[in-house]
Amino acid sequence: MNSLWLISLVNKNDMIKHQKSDLSESMDYVIKYIKDVMLKFFLDVATVIYYLKSVIKNLVSSKFETSEFLKQCYQIGNKSVGLISITGLIVGLVLTIQSRPPLVEFGAVGMLPGMVAVSIIREMGPVITALLCAGKIGSGMGAELGSMRVSEQIDAMEVSNTNPMNFLIVPRVIAATIMIPILTLYADAIGIFGSWLGANIKDDISLYLFFNQAFGQVEFIDIIPAVIKSFFFGAVIGLVGCYKGFNAGRGTESVGIAANSAVVTASLLLIIVDLIAVQITDLL
Amino acid sequence: MGAHSKNIVIEIQGLTKSFKDLSVLEGIDLKLYEKENLVVLGKSGSGKSVLIKCIVSLIKHDEGSIKVEDIELTNINEDDLMEVRKNIGFLFQGGALYDSMTVRENLAFPLTRLKEKLTVDDINQKIESILEDVGLPDAIDKRPSELSGGMKKRIGLARTLIVNPKILLYDEPTTGLDPITSNEISDLINETKDKFKTTSIIITHDINCVKIVADRIVMIKDGKIYKEGILEEFMNDKDPYIKSFFK
Repeated sequence: MNSLWLISLVNKNDMIKHQKSDLSESMDYVIKYIKDVMLKFFLDVATVIYYLKSVIKNLVSSKFETSEFLKQCYQIGNKSVGLISITGLIVGLVLTIQSRPPLVEFGAVGMLPGMVAVSIIREMGPVITALLCAGKIGSGMGAELGSMRVSEQIDAMEVSNTNPMNFLIVPRVIAATIMIPILTLYADAIGIFGSWLGANIKDDISLYLFFNQAFGQVEFIDIIPAVIKSFFFGAVIGLVGCYKGFNAGRGTESVGIAANSAVVTASLLLIIVDLIAVQITDLL
Repeated sequence: MGAHSKNIVIEIQGLTKSFKDLSVLEGIDLKLYEKENLVVLGKSGSGKSVLIKCIVSLIKHDEGSIKVEDIELTNINEDDLMEVRKNIGFLFQGGALYDSMTVRENLAFPLTRLKEKLTVDDINQKIESILEDVGLPDAIDKRPSELSGGMKKRIGLARTLIVNPKILLYDEPTTGLDPITSNEISDLINETKDKFKTTSIIITHDINCVKIVADRIVMIKDGKIYKEGILEEFMNDKDPYIKSFFK
């Protein structure tokens, strides 16, 4: 009996040991995975920053491709305006509907237009516009340039004595840098309009009065940092999308990978840039 | 014999190229004579395309020397490389037409970049004329997605020829085409040579194309030159590897 008990105890100890080693192996695997992902992301960030140097060098030293730049501006604006309109409207509407009950509780419902306007202009407008554009424009750039790489169109451009960096990358990056702030301002306006619609579900307030109250609370310091960070958001989207597409591999599979990693890297970078921008604004 | 008495246009010596651990070219020596069609023959993956991409510096070679009209391409600077590339036309395997542009814009692209002094009328006239030459005058306002494989290759050739290059590099011009279109493209290569007095390297493994266009043939195997000669020499060769191509 004693010996049986001893055997079962040894087996139990073995099992616990085994389970412990399994757990530690799994933990090691998870830690290694996180390490690899982080390392890959930071390597991507470093390469994109290095890539920025080439873009600036080409922008300064080569002839600017104005027609390609205007074409890209049109593409970015035209592609995104519908999506941004719908999203901006819904964000404004939802934000108002969600914020109203606590404000009613404190008897501060009159502050609703200003509060919503400030949160849209400072944060929601720029970040949501940037994330939407990272998905739509960043992936589009990654896929387009990736497929140009795969089908040798970029090589054909080089052989035609055209610097692909100057023709393809610089206009796209500059167009994204300029168009994202414009789209952000548009999203802000639509968002505040959506907020007015939301306010009118329970209350009755004219558009003029609502905008008057909203912009009565908005200060210059709310708008300028948001616009400035939108420029950075645009640059990030353009740079990452172009970098991923331009450096895609040779197989057709690479096009999908380029588009996908353009969105993932750009979205993560946008959040980091936003965090830095908020810290800097806070210091002002 | 005729070819060898002519000027050397491209001279390659001891060319090597590896991708990581994979050695693709292992000491290629090659001469291209003026106004000849040189066919580079070999099975897929033998390094044929890498060879012509090294000639236009799309791929940088590891060792050896490449001279195009006596200009050494090893360590050449960007401006000099641009000058060399002005004289070289490259027809890519799939045509490499710019998807976002119409045929007219595709053809105008190299013209506006290489011949900056041309007026819009001159450009349009050249486009119409070159489309006549390749037999596709009606495709002028079409997009690449509306063209068949053979039409894409013709337009690709038109885009290459529109800037009057002295040297043409064809990367598998008949791959993926039906036999009739393939023969038409091969005939077009010969017509191009006669009309534009070009010197060409044609990369292919299509024996029908070889029979139509080749003035001289170089066969590549395992990154090295396996045999060099004229078509008859290859046709009569008893070597099993060569016979497997020509049977």
